[in-house]
Amino acid sequence: MSTREEAAPVQSHSPSAKTTPAAMGEGAPPRSVAARIVGRIGSGLMQFALIVIGVFWLVPTLGLFIASLRSPADNSASGWWTVFTQPSQLTLRNYAQLLSNDSFVASFWNTIAITVPSTVIIVVIASLAAYALAWLEFPGRDWLFLAVVAMLVVPLQIALIPIARLYGSLGIFGSITGVVLFHVGYGLPFAIFLLRNFFAAIPRDLLEAARMDGGREFTVFRRVILPLGGPAIASLTIFQFLWVWNDLLVALVFAGADTQPMTKALQSQMRQFGANIDVLASGAFLSLVIPLLVFFAFQRYFVQGLTAGAVK
Amino acid sequence: MANTDTAAQQDVTTPAGTPTAQRAGRLGPPAWFALVFLLPALVFLGAYMVYPILFSVYRSLWDASGTEFVGLANYVEMFTDPSTFVALRNNVIWVVVAPTVVTVAGLVFAVLTERMRWATAFKIVVFMPMAISFLASGVIFRLVYEQDPDRGVANAVLTTVHDTFVPSAAFPTARPREGVGLTEEPNGAVALSEQVSPGDGPLLLPMVGVADDELPAGATTAELPQSTAQGISGVVWLDFTRGGTGRNGVIDTTESGMPGMRVQAVRDDEVVASVRTDDNGTFTFAGLQEGSYTVQLAAANFTEPYQGVTWLGPTLVTPAIIGAYLWVWAGFAMVLVAAGLSSIPREALEAARVDGATEWQVFRRVTVPLLSPVLLVVFVTLMIYVLKIFDLVFIIAPGSVQADANVLALEMWRVSFGGGNDQGMGSALAVFLLVLVVPAMIFQVRRFRREN
Repeated sequence: MSTREEAAPVQSHSPSAKTTPAAMGEGAPPRSVAARIVGRIGSGLMQFALIVIGVFWLVPTLGLFIASLRSPADNSASGWWTVFTQPSQLTLRNYAQLLSNDSFVASFWNTIAITVPSTVIIVVIASLAAYALAWLEFPGRDWLFLAVVAMLVVPLQIALIPIARLYGSLGIFGSITGVVLFHVGYGLPFAIFLLRNFFAAIPRDLLEAARMDGGREFTVFRRVILPLGGPAIASLTIFQFLWVWNDLLVALVFAGADTQPMTKALQSQMRQFGANIDVLASGAFLSLVIPLLVFFAFQRYFVQGLTAGAVK
Repeated sequence: MANTDTAAQQDVTTPAGTPTAQRAGRLGPPAWFALVFLLPALVFLGAYMVYPILFSVYRSLWDASGTEFVGLANYVEMFTDPSTFVALRNNVIWVVVAPTVVTVAGLVFAVLTERMRWATAFKIVVFMPMAISFLASGVIFRLVYEQDPDRGVANAVLTTVHDTFVPSAAFPTARPREGVGLTEEPNGAVALSEQVSPGDGPLLLPMVGVADDELPAGATTAELPQSTAQGISGVVWLDFTRGGTGRNGVIDTTESGMPGMRVQAVRDDEVVASVRTDDNGTFTFAGLQEGSYTVQLAAANFTEPYQGVTWLGPTLVTPAIIGAYLWVWAGFAMVLVAAGLSSIPREALEAARVDGATEWQVFRRVTVPLLSPVLLVVFVTLMIYVLKIFDLVFIIAPGSVQADANVLALEMWRVSFGGGNDQGMGSALAVFLLVLVVPAMIFQVRRFRREN
């Protein structure tokens, strides 16, 4: 249950953080002028520290973005920060070239062809299983769920060799199907764990009422569980989407040359980092734009999924 | 959220408390029906979790090609082979250092932002890297860690800071004119071969190897200083005239002085006086005691400019990648700790403050102990992730130092897919990784059972 306890305060955190200073001011005992000055300086120092840290966190990404807007010649001659004095360096040529590069464009579509199905499949399979684990009675239910909890931490590496062999004999090694299925298989424990905990929190009365009305089990699942479990399903969808979108290792092993996603396509350019900086910087930036958009649009669900997955 | 939460807790405890009453009147389908819901998941978990574990254990007992049974030989080799040993050592460093650093950073950030008005903006900035792939983060940090301070921002900052406090050498390329009594010392200084005493005539220190445009803007034509009775004076100049009309060791009319050179008077191997040359290259030691001195141009005049740190060299590559890891994961720790922080009862903190505790004492004695369960969860979670760290090391470490930056998950990939083609060893490494997470698995399962 702890996962929800952890997730819950995160959601309510931003409002409470905003109200805290006011509450502090009212509740604090009257302070002397000297104490207040010390407090001001302290808080000024803290703000300064935060700004410095914030800059440290922003600069690397900014550097990648600016580097992606400079010609390879400029990038090898000087640092990205020189654009602030010579803005004429900025150019969209790298992006134009990247988008006219057939193999990179193909890898972009591969990323989508891998990410979307594996996210959909995992959400469907995991919600069915989570419902059974939360609300259907059968022998060994608790043990099965504990097994799922234990599987949360199983390292992906253990499956690489066996599944590569299996795919070889099934003839799907190097195919998109193989990559998608691997992501489903490896992502399931987390998905079931997240959804089961959330589904178990749905009030029993609601389910009993639906069952009493003669609802068949699939109807109860569709009418009661899925709508009420919406937030958790949203978290899972976003989390799984990002996880698969950002994956490199699975693609490295199971994707072929014409089925590789962006991450693998870019990785193959790393060997000549300096020479390929135009492709790498613009490609890496393109590959992180969509995750960032998803992150900004669904921040709360993302955070919720992440906190629920603590100790994965 | 809060409402469903309490409801859930009641719910989970009720059936356990009164099983018979609940079970007898329960509605719902027969037990076999659950199988319909579970079947797809069971097929996947069987194929991708259970089968791989069993097969890997079995496969790890066979040789590279899988034709010969070798028993535990792969495991023995794992601990004796130098390259896996480096991976093992680095993994230990990673597992100890990275979770600690990230958890501490998360704690500090969460506490700092707790009472800030624009905390949300800060949190978004720090949390953002969590959404980015390790590949993109890797490319980002390859750029940050570029060796050349003109390109890599880390070294650009370092050299700027360094040069602010320790001005860089003015003339790294300068060297003495040969054959006029100047010698290069082993420590890099340039000294007059003959010792001099106060009152001797002006000294000539001709230098070459500096281009005209490398001279500081204030440099003026070199002049011969007056000799002084008590002191030692001289001139350091660029003994070079364009067109080859200049004479060696003589100050010609157009030759420029070298300003800012540090000149030292040395006696008994000890620097007793130190001055800088003027714009026209002249210098004067006044008030020296009687005796003979060696006059030299300090080595610092000629040292290469500070080039920053070789981040991605064999020694620093692991700490450098851990730095990148901190950049990615600090937001995760911060958000979890902040969530824990907001659930600490305000009264506990206020009570301590009213009792006269300083902010530090409140933090140390109240906040941290109350947060320790959350900190433990964050730490263990990070440990599990760090144990199987692969992408960041694979991307950031250049090919030439990948062996020095090696970690178990990377070695596992290299051995079995990245050219090694030894699936026996690869399986053994994978099984070893699994064994390493077993304590975390137990922690996880026990925590879960306790809380339910």
